Amino acid sequence: MSTAIETMVKFEVFRYQPDWDEPTYQVYDVPYREDWVVLDALNYIKDTIDGSLTYRWSCRMGVCGSCGAMVNGYPKLTCAAFLSEYLPGPIRVEPLVNFNVERDLVTDLEGFMEKLESVQPWIIREDGATDDLKSEYLQTPSQHAAYQQFSMCINCLLCYAACPVSSHSEEFIGPAALALAQRYNLDTRDEGVEQRRDVILKDEGIWECSFVGECSAVCPKHVDPAGAIQQAKMTGAIDYYRRLLMPWTVKS
Amino acid sequence: MSAVDQLQHDVLVIGGGGAGLRAAIAVAQEHPDLSIGIVSKVYPMRSHTVAAEGGMAAVIKDNDSAEDHIYDTISGSDWLADQDAVEMFVAEAPRELIQLEHWGCPWSREATGHVAVRPFGGMKLQRTWFATDKTGFHVLHSLFQTCLQFPSITRYDEWFATKLLVDDGRCQGCTAIELRTGQLRPIYAKAVIIATGGFGRIFPFTTNGAIKTGDGLAMAYRAGVALKDMEFVQYHPTGLPGTGILITEASRGEGGVLRNNKGERYLADYDLGEPLPLDDPRHPQLRTMELGPRDRLSQAFIKEQEKGNTYSGTYGDYVHLDIQHLGEHRIDTKLPFVRELARNYGGIDPVKESIPVRPVVHYMMGGIDTDIEAATSLPGLYAAGECACVSINGANRLGSNSLTELVVFGARAGRNAANFAHTSDPAAVDRLTSQVDGERDRIRRILEQPSGGDRVAELRREMTSTMEEGAGIYRTQEGIEQTYATLSDLRERFGGVDLDDRTNVYNTDLISALELDYMLDISLALAASARDRTESRGSHQRTDHPERDDDQFLKHSLAMRGDDGTPEVSFRDVVITKWPPGSRTYGSTDQAKAAKTES
Repeated sequence: MSTAIETMVKFEVFRYQPDWDEPTYQVYDVPYREDWVVLDALNYIKDTIDGSLTYRWSCRMGVCGSCGAMVNGYPKLTCAAFLSEYLPGPIRVEPLVNFNVERDLVTDLEGFMEKLESVQPWIIREDGATDDLKSEYLQTPSQHAAYQQFSMCINCLLCYAACPVSSHSEEFIGPAALALAQRYNLDTRDEGVEQRRDVILKDEGIWECSFVGECSAVCPKHVDPAGAIQQAKMTGAIDYYRRLLMPWTVKS
Repeated sequence: MSAVDQLQHDVLVIGGGGAGLRAAIAVAQEHPDLSIGIVSKVYPMRSHTVAAEGGMAAVIKDNDSAEDHIYDTISGSDWLADQDAVEMFVAEAPRELIQLEHWGCPWSREATGHVAVRPFGGMKLQRTWFATDKTGFHVLHSLFQTCLQFPSITRYDEWFATKLLVDDGRCQGCTAIELRTGQLRPIYAKAVIIATGGFGRIFPFTTNGAIKTGDGLAMAYRAGVALKDMEFVQYHPTGLPGTGILITEASRGEGGVLRNNKGERYLADYDLGEPLPLDDPRHPQLRTMELGPRDRLSQAFIKEQEKGNTYSGTYGDYVHLDIQHLGEHRIDTKLPFVRELARNYGGIDPVKESIPVRPVVHYMMGGIDTDIEAATSLPGLYAAGECACVSINGANRLGSNSLTELVVFGARAGRNAANFAHTSDPAAVDRLTSQVDGERDRIRRILEQPSGGDRVAELRREMTSTMEEGAGIYRTQEGIEQTYATLSDLRERFGGVDLDDRTNVYNTDLISALELDYMLDISLALAASARDRTESRGSHQRTDHPERDDDQFLKHSLAMRGDDGTPEVSFRDVVITKWPPGSRTYGSTDQAKAAKTES
């Protein structure tokens, strides 16, 4: 900041509105600060150059999951993408791929919200209706550790942008939602594995998932959705043979 | 528009964070026949509850008692909390936290499988439940995922509520802009719950996310409901300089200490007790030193700054928060997010270095005036969470009471709104049309304003800057009056605000303008309340009136919006049940003494 001549970084930002024939890239010059992230640059543009630039953000500390975008072609939380990693620029910012664009960097999340709901991501208990709330369900630290990683997903959807199956199949439930299903399936307090089985195993997408692991590589919270999907496939396959060979062991 | 297209519910919740979701689930569980709408300007899992870190207080362990939690909360509030409300809050807290546990919240556990608790500031015993240091994140996602199972809940995600609809002395819904189309539409309801959270964004340096602009407060205020205790602003003592990102109090609960630029644990000079060596098994002591209350710690920072005992950096002065002695393993298991945040946004690894920190606006004790039932003075309107002021927090909230407040009062708001809706007529749609049209015109005028006025970002910058100057940690009559005058001027200039974006779809420039409009109203209410409370209590410190004055001010301030749009402040007595106002003492010996004389 003490430099006499300010270093500037060029930003090429994807612009689109529904009544336009095609998107464009708009170029902005932004002063370089070594502690700035891409989100700071977007806010600088919006506040001082162009108030019409449209994007989502809130917490700016990597936990609300709003601000995902493609930064130089790679899915990132813009609040965690430091300018210093992209010098000397230009830095290209585009909406997350594999989603429809509403405007500029804002993508359509409705499809994801339906997928999230479809895996029934809540505790299912046979005693649910008679729950008296007198004491907690016990869960040891190692039981907690079994699902803990899969409970860290912030729904930022970087994994959908990275997923080769999602790129050609809109129906695929996808990495985040499947990891969440696994999170509940592995929770000792939950009794809903059976209820979730069909929606997961009938999804053609999970059998297409080739464990390239791009989803886990881009995850800013180290959730490892690829691992969750492989676990789900494994239990799915075991379950299939068990039903076939030992039907008496399977609850209908 | 035909009746078929009308958006109508029994209960409408504005805000999809912890309090709003808890309220909606309460209605859905206990009254499955009622239809519920949740309007939220962001997808619910983006709500700022997500950023809460340290934990959630409730009495669950055998060594703890409700009396202790009540006393800690009341003394922490500098006796401004309503004691009947605190008693009820403490009594209902354990059940609500167990409920969250049954809904899947991944609480950190003891080896036995029971939930673990940790120490927190101003609390005499360990009673803070936690999910590592991402408690708010887990609570929010557990509530959101739980709410997905109820078919009676309809969500309006990314709809921005703008105004309450009121007729015949009863709240009957709101208007809201659907962001993806830009359409303003009425959503009618028999009862409405506001749960829009805090408004830290009226200040320049805050832990709060971009969305914390107090829209719900302004809507209630404009509908004739009072804003209570607005002058009480909580500065959290440990934010990262520059960004204002929060470093949780749990870091001190686990044993972290604060040092000035001489390496001294300076809190020892501020009536917070004696420091114990870090290897003493009794460290950290409860209600002592680093585990004192937030208002006192933030005030101590300013005093150290005045003495020249702080470090100076690019983003202002700071002190050191040192957690190195906890060791890498404990930091990674109990405070993983602190390490992540300090590395990413502070550029240091707290395993090897101290974290630079300074006080940062974190939480608003004040809010929409509600009673113990979460009801406002307007029939059919309820409020819960940080946007509301019951008050259980008084002049200073204790860390880990606010997440608990979300669920205790969220659930109460839901139950009470449901009962109200059960016995009420549907909204009088025909009679509300003119209000909807009027609101459409108001927004169109902002959107179509001729060019030449101030930009939103410039007005916002001036507002936040004057708030910090006049309504910061230490205040004076002169400073507050200057801030009030500047805000009044900004209010005028807002009339000519000049948008860059005149389109309909997802117009965030327009939304920012509307948020600014609301923030100006509540900032004025805050400044007026701070001006009229000529005493020092908790987080409200007047250098020109340095003492607490129970004779005149054992009272809540109530700011009402006058006919000309300016705030008018009056006062109402605090409810005292069993704990007469006493001196607020911290430090282990003092505290034992105080407890003896007062109980």
